[in-house]
Amino acid sequence: MSTAAFTPSEMMTIAAARALKNTDVCFVGIGAPSAACNVARLTHAPDITLIYESGTIATRPDVLPLSIGDGELCETALTTVSVPEMFRYWLQGGRITVGFLGAAQLDRFGNINTTVIGPYDKPKVRLPGGGGAPEIATSCQEIFITLKQATRSMVDTIDFFTSFGHGRGGEHRKELGITTKGPTLLVTDLALWRPDPETKEFTVVSLHPGVTRAAVQETCGWTVRFSQTLEETPPPSELEISTLRDLQARTAAAHGGTKEKAA
Amino acid sequence: MAQFQSLHDAVANNLFDGDTVAFEGFTHLIPHAAAHEAIRQGKRDLTLIRMTPDMIYDQMIGMGLAKKVVFSYAGNPGVGLLRRMRDAIENEYPRAIETVEHSHAAMANAYEAGASGLPCAVFRGYKGADLARVNPDIRSLTCPFTGEELAAIPSHRPDVTFIHAQKADREGNVLIEGIIGVQKEALLAAQRAVVTVEEVVDDLRGSHPNLCIVPHWAITSIAVVPGGAHPSYTHTYYARDNAAYLEWDRISADRDLFAQWMDANVLKATPEMFETRVKDLLA
Repeated sequence: MSTAAFTPSEMMTIAAARALKNTDVCFVGIGAPSAACNVARLTHAPDITLIYESGTIATRPDVLPLSIGDGELCETALTTVSVPEMFRYWLQGGRITVGFLGAAQLDRFGNINTTVIGPYDKPKVRLPGGGGAPEIATSCQEIFITLKQATRSMVDTIDFFTSFGHGRGGEHRKELGITTKGPTLLVTDLALWRPDPETKEFTVVSLHPGVTRAAVQETCGWTVRFSQTLEETPPPSELEISTLRDLQARTAAAHGGTKEKAA
Repeated sequence: MAQFQSLHDAVANNLFDGDTVAFEGFTHLIPHAAAHEAIRQGKRDLTLIRMTPDMIYDQMIGMGLAKKVVFSYAGNPGVGLLRRMRDAIENEYPRAIETVEHSHAAMANAYEAGASGLPCAVFRGYKGADLARVNPDIRSLTCPFTGEELAAIPSHRPDVTFIHAQKADREGNVLIEGIIGVQKEALLAAQRAVVTVEEVVDDLRGSHPNLCIVPHWAITSIAVVPGGAHPSYTHTYYARDNAAYLEWDRISADRDLFAQWMDANVLKATPEMFETRVKDLLA
């Protein structure tokens, strides 16, 4: 596989894209996931079904949407349903194989906070909140999470459980009557993480090219566990990197150089 | 029976101080013109319901119209935070507001339950979520057949709902297309239903049989306001003004700049100005 120079952020998006299968029905969440899902669709998973919570099913946007309800998503969708139908039939009905979420704060068990920093009643910072995420986290068959590593976002204790991951670990999901798998993959700009089969704590299973264990630990707020069979993530291929950059260039042109994350 | 009115009269006749009101539209078809009219008329002590409070509730909260906000995502989609809403929550400026926070699934279910005439919505949700700890409206009930514990929340029953749609026919039947969001449910959940439309056409009959059409007898008032969703968009009419959403982040960050902007663009403006705001965004 020929390789190109790449940034950690590009590696993150491409590694996340690789985790998606051609047969997946993917609920695309807030933030970075949108780029990864569309790179997957434009490379190895052309038949993947991408669903945004605005009700657009099997959408094939040419540019990344600025919001989850951009016209581009509707115009390129197979069909567009109402928001109650989206949440009741398609999400709650168990039709979604993968939910792809970002996070403001994340803990080692894949619990996510996008609601407040500080106490709920007197927040230091009021974040946007959960949107669709609380039910995406429990109704999709499994959850992938992607975020850039930083000690302020990967923390020992999150301030608010917006979306439930593995709770305190172990069998906590089952104890609450949740039957889906929950977080099975965390993709950061430095590594791939998978939950330990027993404790459910995220464990580094693959370091991205050139990344050291120390670099992963320095940007993470908890003591990092590394797999005994630690692998190296294959670098982006020419096709992957050119697909991502072309998508970002089209997006920048369409939005006048604005941010391209979805919300 | 739908009555065609000016936007001024549609708001004055249907929205009153102290009302619980929903202005709905899921990124698409957000009724900005109607919200601006409510601001110009100086409505007070409103309970605002909306899934994504977005720029219009940021403006209404910043102008002091709201005493309470019921919501599920307090963000400027694709841009970041709602700075006027945050200022109200964090600093009680210009006044303290009460917040009732839900998830999107809960809000969608609550509108659907309201439209269905039910007192509460039942769904599988909030498992392990801290919102259930801080919002006393989030409760549970047990399925009498399987024993499964399910989430229950009160249905939404607004005094009045405002939406924007593509077109009405002369009878007042309204067509909504594209990303239809929760608008039909929000309209049918309310005591009074007000719709702004891009245009009026002779007849909506004879198109595709499954179009999302709300019959005229389920609507209270219709006002024709071309461009009335701007800077949101109307599918097949004009595109979303993404630059305006990005610009809002700067305007809303400063209390004085916000006040100046609202004075120039809302208080001293008219509904007719919306048409000129979308002329460079036309499909």
